[in-house]
Amino acid sequence: MTALRDAFLSALVALGLFAPLVGLVTTSGEHGLLLELRPIATAVVVGLVFLGRLIVLSRRGRTRTASAPSNRALAEKVSKAGKYVTPLLLVAAVALPFTGSRYYIDLGTLVLTYIMLGWGLNIVVGLAGLLDLGYVAFYAVGAYSFALLATNFGLGFWTCLPLAGILAAFAGVMLGFPVLRLRGDYLAIVTLAFGEIIRVVLINWVSLTNGPNGITGIPRPTLFGLAFSMDGGPGTIADFFNVEPAVIQRIVFLYYVILGLALLTNWVSLRLRRMPLGRAWEALREDEVACRSLGINVRNTKLTAFGIGAMFGGFAGAFFATRQAFISPESFTFIESATVLAIVVLGGLGSQLGVALAAIVMVGGLETLRDFLSFLGDQMNSPLFSGIASELPLYRMLIFGLALVVMMVLRPRGLVSGRTPSVALHKVRDIAPGLVARGRG
Amino acid sequence: MLSVSGLTMQFGGLRAVDGLSFQAKAGDITAVIGPNGAGKTTVFNCITGFYRPSGGSIGLTHPGGASHKLHTMPGHRIASAAKVARTFQNIRLFAGMTVLENLLVAQHNTLMAATGFGVLAVLGLGRYRAAEAAGIEKAKFWLDAIGLTARADDPAGALPYGAQRRLEIARAMCIDPVLLCLDEPAAGLNPRESDELNKLLMRIRDGGCSLLLIEHDMGVVMRISDHIVVLDHGRKISDGTPAEIRNDPAVIAAYLGEGEEDEVPA
Amino acid sequence: MAYALQQLINGVTLGMIYGLIAVGYTMVYGIIGMINFAHGDVFMVGSFLSLIALLGLAALGITSVPLALALTLIFAAAIAALYGWTIERVAYRPLRGSFRLAPLISAIGMSITLQNFVQVSQGARVKPIEAIIPGGIQIMDQGGFAVRLSWMQIAIVVITMTILGIFTWLVTKTPLGRTMRACEQDLKMASLLGIDTDRTISLTFVIGAALAAVAGFLFLLYYGVIDFYIGFIAGVKAFTAAVLGGIGSLPGAVLGGLLIGLIEVFWSAYFSVEYKDVAAFGILIAVLIFMPTGILGRAEVEKV
Repeated sequence: MTALRDAFLSALVALGLFAPLVGLVTTSGEHGLLLELRPIATAVVVGLVFLGRLIVLSRRGRTRTASAPSNRALAEKVSKAGKYVTPLLLVAAVALPFTGSRYYIDLGTLVLTYIMLGWGLNIVVGLAGLLDLGYVAFYAVGAYSFALLATNFGLGFWTCLPLAGILAAFAGVMLGFPVLRLRGDYLAIVTLAFGEIIRVVLINWVSLTNGPNGITGIPRPTLFGLAFSMDGGPGTIADFFNVEPAVIQRIVFLYYVILGLALLTNWVSLRLRRMPLGRAWEALREDEVACRSLGINVRNTKLTAFGIGAMFGGFAGAFFATRQAFISPESFTFIESATVLAIVVLGGLGSQLGVALAAIVMVGGLETLRDFLSFLGDQMNSPLFSGIASELPLYRMLIFGLALVVMMVLRPRGLVSGRTPSVALHKVRDIAPGLVARGRG
Repeated sequence: MLSVSGLTMQFGGLRAVDGLSFQAKAGDITAVIGPNGAGKTTVFNCITGFYRPSGGSIGLTHPGGASHKLHTMPGHRIASAAKVARTFQNIRLFAGMTVLENLLVAQHNTLMAATGFGVLAVLGLGRYRAAEAAGIEKAKFWLDAIGLTARADDPAGALPYGAQRRLEIARAMCIDPVLLCLDEPAAGLNPRESDELNKLLMRIRDGGCSLLLIEHDMGVVMRISDHIVVLDHGRKISDGTPAEIRNDPAVIAAYLGEGEEDEVPA
Repeated sequence: MAYALQQLINGVTLGMIYGLIAVGYTMVYGIIGMINFAHGDVFMVGSFLSLIALLGLAALGITSVPLALALTLIFAAAIAALYGWTIERVAYRPLRGSFRLAPLISAIGMSITLQNFVQVSQGARVKPIEAIIPGGIQIMDQGGFAVRLSWMQIAIVVITMTILGIFTWLVTKTPLGRTMRACEQDLKMASLLGIDTDRTISLTFVIGAALAAVAGFLFLLYYGVIDFYIGFIAGVKAFTAAVLGGIGSLPGAVLGGLLIGLIEVFWSAYFSVEYKDVAAFGILIAVLIFMPTGILGRAEVEKV
């Protein structure tokens, strides 16, 4: 009964919140803006809140007592499942191009780009506990470094890739040097400001970056000097292997390039975690003051995390540029940073597998869902499904935002939590998530 | 060994430490005692570089002869170069890392030097493997000394309180200090744990490391200290062996609150 | 000279709006030590609520401008306050005692949510309205350059001053303000003394959101055009203002707002309009690095 009353009150609040913004829509009319009524949508939203609240309340009564042990059991189950999930995912990733579907390979490339960004940011946020809201700045530095070097000096992708990484790392160190002694939340805001500054500069420094119009004609990568060209002339893949030139060859190649880059990121972070440097990052996340008392140079250690994270962002940026063959400042907004951060947070701040799963679900899953819905819409001739499908991209960031909040409230340690020790005397056992710190001031 | 002279620390209008001078001899256990708010922890924070003193100097001479001006060094250099280690009043372990990892983090600088700027070690080259093995050996030695070998792979945060205190001391010892500063190491320990702690501290001293400790537990202080410095209101009111301190009227007055004029800061 | 005077007028007007938003940041920071990242978006929601109310009142046939404006202001402030209350209740309260960055991440999530919620429900296009308080007075004319002070600018200053006056009275003279200040000093102690800290924190969010809605209302009237994205930039600038003034200090927030408004306007007028946001962000970074306690803030001593 109290649950019903509570749910009713929640619905009342929801009515207050949503009646003006959902129920009254401002649309452009002939003489300026008009208001349009949308009672059904409002009723649906308020109804959902009512039902949702009712479900939450009824579940809470039952699970409160058993929640702690079940959480641990779940964590153990997940970490055990991880042993099988990882090789499965890897096999699936390698095998994906054999489907021959351009759509899936493109989607896979997109997901892998986000996985790589997620793993790169994970070094900074997950391991070192530094909240970086401007990660996209390093992505942009990498992309623009490659684009400018390639279009101005005629350098190829493989020459520029390390340069892009180094320049991004340099940008990271330049930013990090003055700001890394700031407290966690201030650091977050400063990195956010830095990301915005980079974007505004990219828009306005027209002589260098061509401003909002972006840079076109960025060269594609080559395979040991062989180009993926459609003319099939000498020095191209098609000529060398004596096959018909096809776009899919380049698409598949790009897919394997990003797969390789992502795996490199993963391998380096896993290795570093077992090195003094990686352990120092985690120690910093746990207790900065104690680190200082043990003679660890806190600022330099943070700088390395920042720089290495930025470097992988730069690699991913260079790949993005070569894949699109076109970049503009529009691709490097705060939304991008927020998306990558959401993937890292949802993945469990520090868990490599979690980041991969989060990227697959949040980027790949939504794309697939949209596709499925529009397919349903076509098949059943239903405008409802097609309508939802076409609006789904709009809802993507809404879902991301809500997911961040829900995640922090329900499982602040992420989907895959717990921590595997980097070294053991006897036998490696995972550490329960409750003990692991997640970045402090 | 350690010589503090004219040390002053000012927070806004409050002078927490006022012209403090004392010496701690090599191979001694020196205790700093005093009523609450006497400025003991502030002195510690100045020595270990967490605060920069407003005035005065802190010098440290190694048994080898090298000397360091602690009051001018950045915090992490005091640990890495001057070899002054410390523990904290409220334990600061890396709770989510294992006991062994805690001890390895403490050897960060030694291990880091063996990784060849990280690059070689990531590639599996260089002499890092040997360095890590040596690091683990050192960790094992201290695990054995504090009786936690069996729990080496447990997260530090899951240890009982007394074990956490001992682990923090072991972690500090892993930087190979010449001076170990302990901030109330016996706080919250039961008598048996307190005894174990005494033995551990004696063992550390006999191993050649000098100790400086803040302690409230007079039993511990009187039993193990070679030298005691008494603070009140940021000034030194007495300095000597445990026997001298026990009989010093100024100390008794400060602790028992006699002599009202002492209560009012000058 | 005349040109500079005009910029001064414009800067003060803009600064008033930033100041109103900054008060919300500084209050929340003072009481629970978190950056309420979603606050800028509450300002944006307040602006949309004002727009909807104005259109709604026009549709209902209320033609008296002062009445319409007053009703709009009350409506926007009330609903935005409800938003503030709900956000705290849903996204922040369950996180007390969680790790330090958790509320900030949750706040970022809330900010993204609000932004995209408004984009989805109200559309991504900019929303222009006609000037509701047109006209103004000409103060001086120098070599053909007329310095104008619009009625709107006067209204903004008057409304801001009135609201801030009421607010100051609330915080300094009423029992409610006393509990708020007590919670700001020491949350745990206040709760031990029997103050309902949850309620006080809720009230802080409610008041902050209402002030942000007032700012949103003024922003809509002053610029005559809004979209779902205004909260992000304005939020960062207002946060800069709060930090510049000394975070936790209420007069500091207003002072910081004025300074940021003036800097932005003068920068645009004398250097470059394109880089005006860079100026604001640059100031934010510089202030955080070189004077993190701001102009009127208190220094924090690190406890070891």
